[in-house]
Amino acid sequence: MGAISIDPIKNRANVNADECVECYACYRGMSMERLNPTLVRGIRGLLKAFRLRFDPEPDVCPTSAITPDELAWPRIVRRAFSDPIVTHESTGVHGRGTEEVKTNDVTHRIGLGQVGYVVEFGRPTVGVRFRDIEKMTQALAAMGIEFEEKNPVTHMMSDRKTGKLRDDILNEKILSAIVEFKTSIERVPAVLRRVDEVSKTLETVVAVGVSTRCGERGQSALDSVLAEEGFSCFRGKTNLGLGRA
Amino acid sequence: MTNTLHRYGSSESFDDDYIVFAIPARGINDKEAVEKQRQFLEIARKYNPANMGDASHGAIFRPSKELNPAVHWRRGLRRDYDAVVNCVSCPSTVAAVFDNAGAAAAFIKELKAAGLGLSINISASLDKAQECARRAGLERHSVEYSLGFFGQVDRMADRQTLELATMCGHGMLSFNFVRKLVEWVKQGRRSPEQASAALARFCSCGVFNPTRACRLLEEAKKHS
Repeated sequence: MGAISIDPIKNRANVNADECVECYACYRGMSMERLNPTLVRGIRGLLKAFRLRFDPEPDVCPTSAITPDELAWPRIVRRAFSDPIVTHESTGVHGRGTEEVKTNDVTHRIGLGQVGYVVEFGRPTVGVRFRDIEKMTQALAAMGIEFEEKNPVTHMMSDRKTGKLRDDILNEKILSAIVEFKTSIERVPAVLRRVDEVSKTLETVVAVGVSTRCGERGQSALDSVLAEEGFSCFRGKTNLGLGRA
Repeated sequence: MTNTLHRYGSSESFDDDYIVFAIPARGINDKEAVEKQRQFLEIARKYNPANMGDASHGAIFRPSKELNPAVHWRRGLRRDYDAVVNCVSCPSTVAAVFDNAGAAAAFIKELKAAGLGLSINISASLDKAQECARRAGLERHSVEYSLGFFGQVDRMADRQTLELATMCGHGMLSFNFVRKLVEWVKQGRRSPEQASAALARFCSCGVFNPTRACRLLEEAKKHS
């Protein structure tokens, strides 16, 4: 994100609140030493004066300087969509708050002949503002797409038929978010082409996944469709069907 | 979360990367999931996973809030398996990462026999995942394909950085931090093992693969 930098005038680390997505990686991921800040600055100053460089562990904050802020609406959506530890209240799921086909053996969300899509914005580590997500959801809604009910982005829509998101969150920047929906297998080429077209107009990257229910021998009807569309897919998730309701 | 779907690399680059995870379906089979998730992790331990974790409470590599300055000279590469198993307290996603197909297949076979009833998924090369499933006597139920990245891909990092950074699909590994550690390994300031452990500590759900990371860092060192 590039949200944290050293302020050249104050000579202190500064967090750019507009760029920060509230992922809490700095607070939770860093180990801490709880040393006296004056002592640490003094030692650093002394080493600098002699043109010496200390080689500290890269993930240790010596003074435990990072503290989390109290967040209020609408900024709190940044954390909900960026911090993987936080549970999305709308779906009860951590991370991006989606189950997709990972529980398809129990939920039967995607059936034979159907295709589920996960269109993810801002990943990897680029970030996205909701106004860019809205461009995609409105374009998809115009194709008659119905968005997955159990998905956090769907819960942020003020009008699910048009794909309109709430106005008060449009400028909020988050690490990533996933739009989920499903169609019949015949619509895959048209949908993927539309996603590709709209993606090119957004100020971020878009990671796309598609899923389907397999046949009795594990065969997937999507293999030939994706090959025809020019995709060479070699990696993905495989649900083993061991889930029980 | 699709936190393992879009790992970056060539097909061969995933020969040592098999993530097996268990997830309950919210509101359907999540009532007694906590004990089953612990069972999943206990079974996984037997097969020497490269990493494992609980999406709510952290992985075997975890940061510490109470270090002292000696850590800059003597920092162990401790893996805290007990903390992962003991901290499971709510329905969540639990994952184990293996660096070889044999261990992944044997683990799945034992999971099948245990009959936990949670949804079990493998995130790996699709053909290798299917092979693992068949070795355990299973056919895949559903499959999800990564179609890669669309849009302004010029905003992404270089291949080497992406291969490492995308192993935390939640984006907890910044491109700059990964680049820094790659440089440190090239300069001999950190070993690949030390650098991969530092990266793994930021991945709270435990799907970062330190074995693959070490291999990628070794390759970076050789080509520097």
